[in-house]
Amino acid sequence: MTALPLASRVQLRRLAVSSTLYLAVALAALIGVFTALEPEAFGSAYNVRTVLTGASILLVMAVGATFVIATAGIDLSVGAVLVFSGVVAVKVMDAFGGSGWGAVGAGFVTALAAGCGWGLLNGLLVTRARVPALIATLGTMGMALGLAQVITGGNDLGGVPGELVTTVGQGRLFGTVPWLVVAAVAVTAVAAFALAKTRFGRYTLTIGSNHEAARRSGVRVDRHVLKVYALAGLLAGFAGFLSLARFASTTIAGHGTDNLQAITAVVLGGTSLFGGVATVIGTVIGVFIPAVLQNGFVILGVKPFWQQVAIGAVLVAAVYLDQLRRRARQQH
Amino acid sequence: MIRCLYKGVQVPAEPSGGRTPVLRASGIVKSFGHVEALREAAFEVYPGEITALIGDNGAGKSTLVKVLSGVMQPDGGTIEVDGSPVQFGSPQDAAGHGIGTVYQDLALAPDLSPAANFFIGRELLRPGLLGRLGWLDAGAMNRRTAEELQRLGVELKDLNAPVASLSGGQRQSVAICRAVAWAERVVFMDEPTAALGVVQTERVMRLITRVREQGVAVVLISHNMPQVIELADRVQVLRLGSRVATYERGQADEHLLVAAMTGAVNQEVR
Repeated sequence: MTALPLASRVQLRRLAVSSTLYLAVALAALIGVFTALEPEAFGSAYNVRTVLTGASILLVMAVGATFVIATAGIDLSVGAVLVFSGVVAVKVMDAFGGSGWGAVGAGFVTALAAGCGWGLLNGLLVTRARVPALIATLGTMGMALGLAQVITGGNDLGGVPGELVTTVGQGRLFGTVPWLVVAAVAVTAVAAFALAKTRFGRYTLTIGSNHEAARRSGVRVDRHVLKVYALAGLLAGFAGFLSLARFASTTIAGHGTDNLQAITAVVLGGTSLFGGVATVIGTVIGVFIPAVLQNGFVILGVKPFWQQVAIGAVLVAAVYLDQLRRRARQQH
Repeated sequence: MIRCLYKGVQVPAEPSGGRTPVLRASGIVKSFGHVEALREAAFEVYPGEITALIGDNGAGKSTLVKVLSGVMQPDGGTIEVDGSPVQFGSPQDAAGHGIGTVYQDLALAPDLSPAANFFIGRELLRPGLLGRLGWLDAGAMNRRTAEELQRLGVELKDLNAPVASLSGGQRQSVAICRAVAWAERVVFMDEPTAALGVVQTERVMRLITRVREQGVAVVLISHNMPQVIELADRVQVLRLGSRVATYERGQADEHLLVAAMTGAVNQEVR
């Protein structure tokens, strides 16, 4: 029906995927440079595992943030929700005796429910109360972290069941792939499919692109946005559970910049802060560019603080390019 | 000329040869606070015709269109589709009666493809379990979109490119084809050429004519009098919330239309 010359079709495809492609190339180049400079240290199985494991928890949160940002929203609360979910999960696992798979199961459900609860609150504040997402999630960030500290008195809780730590936290599938990585990959794969191929993803992008058009066409915009924030919260709760497994502690003070790291990853990955354009694979790349840079700098003996400088500059450049692209196509 | 497609409905004595309007509004009242936007406004659309709705700014055109397309609910009056009274609680209700709208802002999602835009809120899912999981049938949606565009003679280079990469006229065409794809009776078009250049305007005007040829009635809201005279089979003039004049093709020139819009002529003195 649309018989197009192959050349022009390929060209258009290339344009459409270009930003993701550039990023993938950039990431591959980073990996290539570090591997060439320090093949032993950087390319070792141990180091690869370290990078992947280190990034997996952030990746779970960043996947949730991808959906939120795709609707032109923002969620600053993810790190705090992670901590809160971990804290209540430990409390519940304690109540179930502090060990055994029963306790772990209860903790898992609790972490997911707590995360989902905060996400729903975010969604209700944004859609019903019409509080701008930036402020609504800034507020719930404070509340979630504050409540976690109220519950714990400000001191990290240990007492994570050993079963959880030795399996999910430190175990590996087939003795090679850490379970944390497996979990993150599973979440990412399902989310990538959902965003690109399902009605849920299509609504997410449509609302981000033009919520008024979606509303006029009968899409229940508020309900969908509520679901998206709930999903982001749910994934933050899941990340909280993974964090417990990994560190055997609630790590209350360790997640102050998770929200910004997640947003950085999403935006680096080519998802537009203005909504409507988003890919999960881009977010994966966006998570790993800072992670690889950090790891590589440490191995090369470059002061790791330079990683922050580099990422800050790249982030600004990425958004600038997005702006240029938008301006260019408005001039038709 | 045009067959009466809708038999067995009582036909009121009308100057239009006894046909039943596909859409008819009478006595429509709508107030916003103390402002009466519509005062017992009447309006008829006949099948297979382009009906122009004109009036000065503030005459109530937009409000009338919003009422007739389900965006707004009137305070009083009746709306009939093919002679049967109806009530529109939402644009979806109106769409259910085969009535669609091309909004002035087009209501397109600029980051999505034409096919995705065609199916906003009506996404096709794959059959079976996959569909129940919400898996989109992108192939079917692309095919249907290509068919609709072809039926109305609109050519696009790539159905997968975002709408934002299209020209203004192409975007307008996508919005019109989308509305026609879902509305078998009436399509409202609010200033469809206001933002376009000469060539693009010409193209969109041809498209509007082709929509009529497909048997879908068009309601054209326009400030462009030569365009109205060229396209419209019937012109209805609103002034201060009421219809003041109706002309069939050839009955009115630009001066007469302006006279009716400004109050110098009034056919329907109450």
